[in-house]
Amino acid sequence: MKRTGVFICWCGSNIAATVDIELAVAAAKNMPGVVFADQNKYMCSEIGQEIIKEAIRSHRLERVVVASCSPRMHENTFRKTVAAAGLNPYFLEIANVREQCSWVHKDKETATAKAIALIRTAVAKALRNEALFASELPIERRALVIGGGIAGIQAALDIADSGFVVDLVEKEPSIGGRMAQLDKTFPTLDCSACILTPKMVEVAQSEKITLFTYAEIEKVEGYVGNFTVTVRNRARSVDMSKCTGCGDCMLKCPVKVDSEFDLGLVKRRAIYTPFPQAVPNKPAIDREHCRWFTENKCRVCEKICPAGAIDYSQEDELMTVKYGAIVAATGFDPKKLGNYGEYAYGKHPDVLTSLEFERLLNASGPTAGKILRPSNGRPPKNVAFIQCVGSRDKAKGNPYCAKVCCMYTAKHAILLCEKVPGARPFVFYIDVRTPGKDYEEFYNRAYEEYGATYIKGNVSKVFPDGDKLLVRSVDALSGALVELEVEMVVLANSVDARAGAKELAQKLSITTNAFNFFNEAHPKLRPVETHTAGIFLAGTCQGPKDIPETVAQASAAAMKVTALLGKDSLLSTPTVAEVDEKLCTGDMSCLVVCPYGAISEKILEERRGRETVRRKVAEVNMVLCQGCGACTVACRPGAINLKGFTNEQIMAEVEAICL
Amino acid sequence: MPVTREGFEPLIVAFCCNWCSYAGADLAGTSRQPYPSNVRVIRVPCSGRVNPSFIIRAFQRGADGVLVAGCHPGDCHYHSGNYHARRRFTILKQLLEYLGIEPERFQVRWISGSEGAKFSAVMNELTENVRKLGQNRKLRDAR
Repeated sequence: MKRTGVFICWCGSNIAATVDIELAVAAAKNMPGVVFADQNKYMCSEIGQEIIKEAIRSHRLERVVVASCSPRMHENTFRKTVAAAGLNPYFLEIANVREQCSWVHKDKETATAKAIALIRTAVAKALRNEALFASELPIERRALVIGGGIAGIQAALDIADSGFVVDLVEKEPSIGGRMAQLDKTFPTLDCSACILTPKMVEVAQSEKITLFTYAEIEKVEGYVGNFTVTVRNRARSVDMSKCTGCGDCMLKCPVKVDSEFDLGLVKRRAIYTPFPQAVPNKPAIDREHCRWFTENKCRVCEKICPAGAIDYSQEDELMTVKYGAIVAATGFDPKKLGNYGEYAYGKHPDVLTSLEFERLLNASGPTAGKILRPSNGRPPKNVAFIQCVGSRDKAKGNPYCAKVCCMYTAKHAILLCEKVPGARPFVFYIDVRTPGKDYEEFYNRAYEEYGATYIKGNVSKVFPDGDKLLVRSVDALSGALVELEVEMVVLANSVDARAGAKELAQKLSITTNAFNFFNEAHPKLRPVETHTAGIFLAGTCQGPKDIPETVAQASAAAMKVTALLGKDSLLSTPTVAEVDEKLCTGDMSCLVVCPYGAISEKILEERRGRETVRRKVAEVNMVLCQGCGACTVACRPGAINLKGFTNEQIMAEVEAICL
Repeated sequence: MPVTREGFEPLIVAFCCNWCSYAGADLAGTSRQPYPSNVRVIRVPCSGRVNPSFIIRAFQRGADGVLVAGCHPGDCHYHSGNYHARRRFTILKQLLEYLGIEPERFQVRWISGSEGAKFSAVMNELTENVRKLGQNRKLRDAR
């Protein structure tokens, strides 16, 4: 039996308050194979790790069990510790006595009994652990960035700056994302376009970046360093190599459709660029609305195009490219307000969402930057801003805070006062949240300098009242009922995950939270990585955030990508399937269930007496195998096993856990 | 044997996939969502890794209830492992029922890495259901 050491962590009081450590150490000493057991306040600290290393040397330990937090937290830490003392890192097992014991149980007696059972189980498994060795994998030195908003743009630029090749894939005909829709940005009131468009142009001009607009991710296969991605380049019906971007076609196209970029406040044509500063500044034909594709007549754009660039015969093209790393930067959607009928959104034209108001502010927007009421084209005098529409609302919205609304509402109030002399902003809020550099000062300016009126209260209803709107609320500070006559209402609608985020997460094999935001590997210590190695996150696809945070996270993701692509080779996971050729009958049930195509047939030539017999067996490609273990269960003769999670190890765990 | 204080305390063995349900169990811990200490988790890479023989062995060795928990359909980290698990355990469940094991004793659930509250709710429910059934005598080794 292997000489095993058990090390029990107090985790300060996190474990020790609920688990009787002395009792657990004493119990561990009596477990089969255990020759040494010890404890420390913080096993992960330098002192704790030294205790483990020292015990490995002085007690000639062959296997190590650490009873501590979840293996998802510190398995790697302790693997390095045992490796530093000369053991194979896979001789370590973790007993999860914090997340799955001390933090969920209150009764010390039963929690201690359970902790002992978990330690006994880990020891039983560790006794059967074998030395595992990682093999080296090559790395494809090319990165993929999904999403061409400010997050994707920043990540692509930073990766390209470090000398690596990047493909940037954007769903829309132009990059720019949500930031391109904004007018000015808080807290400096920089013009959004003025700081974004130079970056968009930089992307287009970079020799290292290849831009694929009007393109979507179809399929993602492979693993860190070696992803194989299929991208669907949607038929643009415009030959990009011939088009000069003159825009004549967009003037003559007879079809008018609600502009997505301007949120339906104006119309665009069926052949269009989303906005004038688009990159690439070349149009695409929206086949759903184009008269040629729907009614088989028209072809006006083809006649008008001086470059002969219109090509109705284009088809979607699938391209398959290998990448070493992927950054997901797919952004967010403003919350749809279907179930907020009380605010009269959609019923009265002067009730706008914040992004619609943002378009009114924008000099290249539908009103050329003038704040005008959609109902009569006249500037409003009093404007009500309602915050937290669909945020912090467990009943029918998102329970979380959308983080940016307080600040952009302060911005809207300031810009309203600047653009419409004499206008008065009224802001209805639950709380005003302004953490961030110069943010509180900016909010203070809104009411001190510009005289914005802040009213703490949830608006109960907005009534159309003649050509005005009546806002009814309560002033929570005085308890008084508030009824306010305004000419415009702006709803600060919440931040939702991008439609289709869930589907993309499935393609990438990453997880999402309950609201479809992509999950980071650790909320504090690994904020840009995912649990799938080689896939990183940037921007609001991970959760609501403002532009400075998005840019910072994008640069961080880019740094992680370059650190990965800069390596000479990668170490593969050694917990892969393994075939016992003596037992294998070659019926290949394993091949059918393998999701990675990692199993193939192999012909063995064996001597049987005087004859040479040819026999078919299964063979595992260690690089392709990801260690799911589906094959091990499908195998009838029990010839295929999963290293690190062998049948023997799991059976031993079952036996020990039931004792 | 599980600690018996007063009355019957069942032993529940839960096989949790590393990517979703084990993470869900960890989240139940970090968000302090209590559940009975009768539940003990064995970590496996994927619900598709759980061999029916592990479950039968657990019942033989005295488990009163067994849970297999994996990623939601469509969310498997390995694309299809939970689908294999689902088919496999539909059949195993019938076999166990045929053997006389009450269906409540063997459960397959999908618990994602963000469902800490669901993890503890499932554990509470399973423990209470099995407690009502009493000890598993049918498959338990004579010891």
